[in-house]
Amino acid sequence: MLSAIIVLTLLATVFGLILGFAAIRFKVEGDPIVDQIDSLLPQTQCGQCTYPGCRPYAQAIANAEANINQCPPGGETTMLALADLLGVDPLPLGAEHQAEPEATVAFIIEDTCIGCTLCIQACPVDAILGAAKQMHTVIESECTGCELCIPPCPVDCIIMQPVKQETRNWKWPYPVQTLELRK
Amino acid sequence: MIRQLFRYKGGVKLSDHKQESSSQPIQKVTLPKRLILPLQQHIGAPASAIVSVGERVLKGQMIAKSDGHISAPVHASTSGRVVEITDFAIPHPSGLKAPCIVIESDGNDAWCDHRKPVDDCHHYTPEQIREHIRHAGVVGLGGAGFPSFLKLTVGSERVVETLILNGAECEPFISCDDRLMRERAEEIIKGLMVMQHALVAKACVIGVEENKPEAAAALRSAISALAVEVEVVEVPTLYPTGGEKQLIKILTNKEIPPKTLPIEKRVVVHNVGTAAAVYRAICLGEPLISRVITIAGAVKKPGNYEIPFGISAAQLLEQVGIEEESVERIIHGGPMMGFALNTLDVPLIKTSNCLLVTDPNTVPLRNKQLALACIRCGSCADVCPINLLPQQLYWHSRAKDFDKAQDYNLFDCIECGCCDYVCPSQIPLVQYFRFAKTSIWQAEQDKKQAELAKERHEFRQFRIEREKAEKKARHKAKAAKVAAKNVGADDKKKAIEEAMARVKAKKQQQEANVSASKTEPGDNT
Repeated sequence: MLSAIIVLTLLATVFGLILGFAAIRFKVEGDPIVDQIDSLLPQTQCGQCTYPGCRPYAQAIANAEANINQCPPGGETTMLALADLLGVDPLPLGAEHQAEPEATVAFIIEDTCIGCTLCIQACPVDAILGAAKQMHTVIESECTGCELCIPPCPVDCIIMQPVKQETRNWKWPYPVQTLELRK
Repeated sequence: MIRQLFRYKGGVKLSDHKQESSSQPIQKVTLPKRLILPLQQHIGAPASAIVSVGERVLKGQMIAKSDGHISAPVHASTSGRVVEITDFAIPHPSGLKAPCIVIESDGNDAWCDHRKPVDDCHHYTPEQIREHIRHAGVVGLGGAGFPSFLKLTVGSERVVETLILNGAECEPFISCDDRLMRERAEEIIKGLMVMQHALVAKACVIGVEENKPEAAAALRSAISALAVEVEVVEVPTLYPTGGEKQLIKILTNKEIPPKTLPIEKRVVVHNVGTAAAVYRAICLGEPLISRVITIAGAVKKPGNYEIPFGISAAQLLEQVGIEEESVERIIHGGPMMGFALNTLDVPLIKTSNCLLVTDPNTVPLRNKQLALACIRCGSCADVCPINLLPQQLYWHSRAKDFDKAQDYNLFDCIECGCCDYVCPSQIPLVQYFRFAKTSIWQAEQDKKQAELAKERHEFRQFRIEREKAEKKARHKAKAAKVAAKNVGADDKKKAIEEAMARVKAKKQQQEANVSASKTEPGDNT
């Protein structure tokens, strides 16, 4: 009886120490699932998901506060990838979310720009270059097309343009068969 | 000694349709007034223009220099004036526009004086030869257009056992290499010798398909005339024997694993046309400014033509003569791997080996009927020369399940079109594979872009935080300074108060003394 109690106590102490050590030694900083979700998101930082940026949205998905179909720039591909990662059922995209959104970049009409710097402050990825009372311009290769610079502009000189199709980024179309009706 | 040949799995026998074009010698074309030279005529980064609008250029003068390691320069194909540097439609399946330099010919066709002919390539070291070839803008003329100097580079640890010249030309209708071998065999052999010198290759073999006996004979007589050691091997006529890996397998029985280069297996393959271009670059000092192109199909004068780069398909076809009413499609490249042009106003470039004009009478090689459902017959897997499973690739590409498609080695597909050709349901398999490949590339690019955006966004957050912290620190410092100032003021005030208190006290004492002295006499009285 006594020996059994001693053995069990010893065992419990040893395992407890191992667990305690492991908890400190292999501590995971942050939530790895948030990182995984974040890496699937398009990083436009546009806030169309109602969260202020991609990482907060990833956090919200991880906490089961948000649905996986709230990312319009990611479209269907992102939604399916998220469903795959989280093992949940795919959700239909809302009516305003297209299945394959067109990629766009912002363009500043330089004749109209008054150099107010409001767009520079709004850009989440620092893709707008300029200074107070100097003309601003968008660094096209870094613009994510989030459209956050459009509302603050007091003179409406920012427009969204589709990304220029070049042979470099051209994609073969999906084979489509045209059906002919025979009468 | 008769070389033992090997057989790769798959492949299809096609009727070659080469007679119409291969019976005529190579013809010259009239120089057009306007030449459009795209900055990208090769695999790799586009060249960057080094001439400006209005500048006079001479034939063979470099007008765009290579930009980056994998790139090739562009040279003026004739003398004249640069009239425009802008976007024009280029021969590309997308039909998109790309930057081009437009030269208006002055009709003199005057050479620039940069030519340095060399009789014996052994004057140069292999490095110098590579540099010359690079400078001359030589790219693979078999169709892919990979810069040739890169394929003439051997690492320090590598040895090239066999240098293979590819004269198989397996695609139907095309006969430009055939004619080149027949007429310019000596140039090809001399170019091969230069390549051998650059690669320090032990042996040279030229593979020619059996359906070109005249070409093989011409090469053999050139070899005996030049007294060099080169073996000409006739390989069976089978599509796609002209594929790099297929020809290596046939001639050496070596298989090149996925994602490895032939040089890792001590073999290098170059096209016969490239050898002739290398000869011109090194021995004549002429850059790559023209090539031989096959015009086949529904034209009045089918044959092979030596074209200056930049001539448009319309200008060339006008000289060859086509009946525009009956033309169905104009295919750039061969019938198996080429693509239809949607406009004739495209320039012909370094990789243009054939223009195939089809009309309703042209025997269709690939069915254009409506695709039916896959019946899982497996014919595609039987003919695939890479041992892939086109059927599996098709299902996954169709379902846009690109990860699975990659598991089935999608990127090893050479898009030869054998599976398309044999499919009894006429499924455009290669189109699905191309769609899948380019979609994967785009997704990778998007991913890179997203990572960059994330990095920038995180840095911005960090910067805003830092600015806030700095502002706070500044405020704190200012507040402390003000406080310090206040402390000093308090001291002064205190001192003043103390002084005033002292004065007051003194005054009081004096008053007290005065009143005391005043009362004294009163007391006395």
